[in-house]
Amino acid sequence: MSILEYNGAAIIAMTGKDCVAIACDTRLGAQAQTVSCDFKKVFQFGKTFVGLAGLASDVQTMNSLLKFRKNLYELREEREMTPRVLSNLLSNLLYEKRFGPYFIEPVVAGLDDDNKPFLSGMDLIGAPVYTDDFVVTGTATANMYGMCETLYKKDMEPEELFETLSQALLSSVDRDALSGWGATVHIVTKDGVMTRELKGRMD
Amino acid sequence: MGDSAYSFSLTTFSRTGKLLQIEYALNAVANGRTSLGICAKDGVVIATDKKLSSTLVDTDQVSKVAAINDGSGFVYSGLGPDYRVLVRKARKSSQSYFLEYREPKPVSQLVKSTASVMQEYTQSGGVRPFGVSLLVAGVDADKTPRLYQVDPSGAYFAWKATAIGKNYVNAKNFLEKRYQDDMELEDAIHTALLTLREGFEGEMTNDNIEVGIVSANDGKFRVLTPEQVQDYLDEAN
Repeated sequence: MSILEYNGAAIIAMTGKDCVAIACDTRLGAQAQTVSCDFKKVFQFGKTFVGLAGLASDVQTMNSLLKFRKNLYELREEREMTPRVLSNLLSNLLYEKRFGPYFIEPVVAGLDDDNKPFLSGMDLIGAPVYTDDFVVTGTATANMYGMCETLYKKDMEPEELFETLSQALLSSVDRDALSGWGATVHIVTKDGVMTRELKGRMD
Repeated sequence: MGDSAYSFSLTTFSRTGKLLQIEYALNAVANGRTSLGICAKDGVVIATDKKLSSTLVDTDQVSKVAAINDGSGFVYSGLGPDYRVLVRKARKSSQSYFLEYREPKPVSQLVKSTASVMQEYTQSGGVRPFGVSLLVAGVDADKTPRLYQVDPSGAYFAWKATAIGKNYVNAKNFLEKRYQDDMELEDAIHTALLTLREGFEGEMTNDNIEVGIVSANDGKFRVLTPEQVQDYLDEAN
C-alpha cells in the first residue's frame, strides 16, 4: 500500500460565483484503524486555504514550512500573498525534494486580488494543475470525481456551493474506508470566511 | 583567504565616527557622469550623460541604462565596472524571484535586495564599497510607478525626481523648480532632457545621452532608441 494512503484523507475545493469553498474529512487513521476524528488537513493562509492530503507527519511539516515562508514574505513585501503565489511557492518547495519527496498531494483554493476564484492542485513533487471548477485529492479521489462531475454547476452562490460541496464530500467518503468520520467546510467570499463542521457516519 | 592580512573589513570607523571608504565612494559618484530620474503619474524616466573620454570610442556600443526585468531598469553615476556587477546580481535575483513565485519582482524588492548587496560590501572583509549610486525605475506590485536611489552605503530613497553624479546639486535645484505632481510621462521626458542639458558640456545629441522609461500603462521598461531620443531632443529645442 502506498504511503500516501497510510493515514487517509478526502479533500475537495470548488469554485462558485466570486467565491470558493474547500472541504475535508477529519479522520486520521493508521491503515484501517481509526486513531482520531478531529485531524486538521486544511489550513488557512490569509484569504487562501491549502488542503494537504497524504502522510500526516508531512501534512503538519508542510503546514509549518508554508506558514514560515508566507510570514517572511508578508513582512518583507508588506502585502498579502495571493493564492497563485502561494501555489507556486508550494510547488517549488515540493520539487526541491524531488528525490525524497514529502508524501502529500495538496490543493490550493482562494480569491485573488480582484476576488476571482483561484484553484490549483498538485502531485507530491509539485507538478501543478489549474482548474476553474473543482479539484480533489486524497484516498477517495475516484469517488469525489464522480460526485463532483455529477453535482457541479457553474456560478453557484455561497450557500448553494456549500450544499453541493458538502453532499459531494459526504457521499464520497461513505464508500471509502480510509476517510470520513466528520468533515470541515470553509467558504471564502470577498466579505470573509465561513467555517462549518459537519457530522458524518461513524461506521 | 579568511586569515590573510586583508581579510578584515577595509571600511572601519574613523575616530570621528565616519566611514571614510563610503565617503570616498560618494566622491567617486559625484565625479561620475550626471544621471537623473523623474517619476510622473503614469511612468518614470531615467536619463544619463553618456559622454566618453575620447571621441574615438564607438558610442553605440556603450550602454549605461540597463533593463533588469520586464518592469524595471537601472542607471548609474560612478564607476562603470562596479555597476555591471550590480546589474548582474539584480538580474539574477530578479529571475530567482520569478522562479520561486511566478510573479515579476516588484521594484521595491529589487531595490531592497540591491541595497543589501551594497551594504554587505561595506562590512565584509577584503572588499571595498561600490563606487556607484543607482537610480532604479520601475512599477510596484500595485502598478504605481516608482523612482529610487541607492547609495554605496546601502541607503535607499524613493524620489519624485532626483539627480546624481557631476553637477547633481544644480540639477536637483532645476528639478525642484520644474517638477509638478500631475506630470505625465511625456512631460517628464521633456523635463529630464532640459535638466540634463543645464549642466551638459557641449551639445547634447542622440549618441551622447541615454534614456530609459517605464510606462505604468503596460508596466514595461524600455531603453529609448537613438531615433526616439532624437525625436524628444527635437521637441526640446
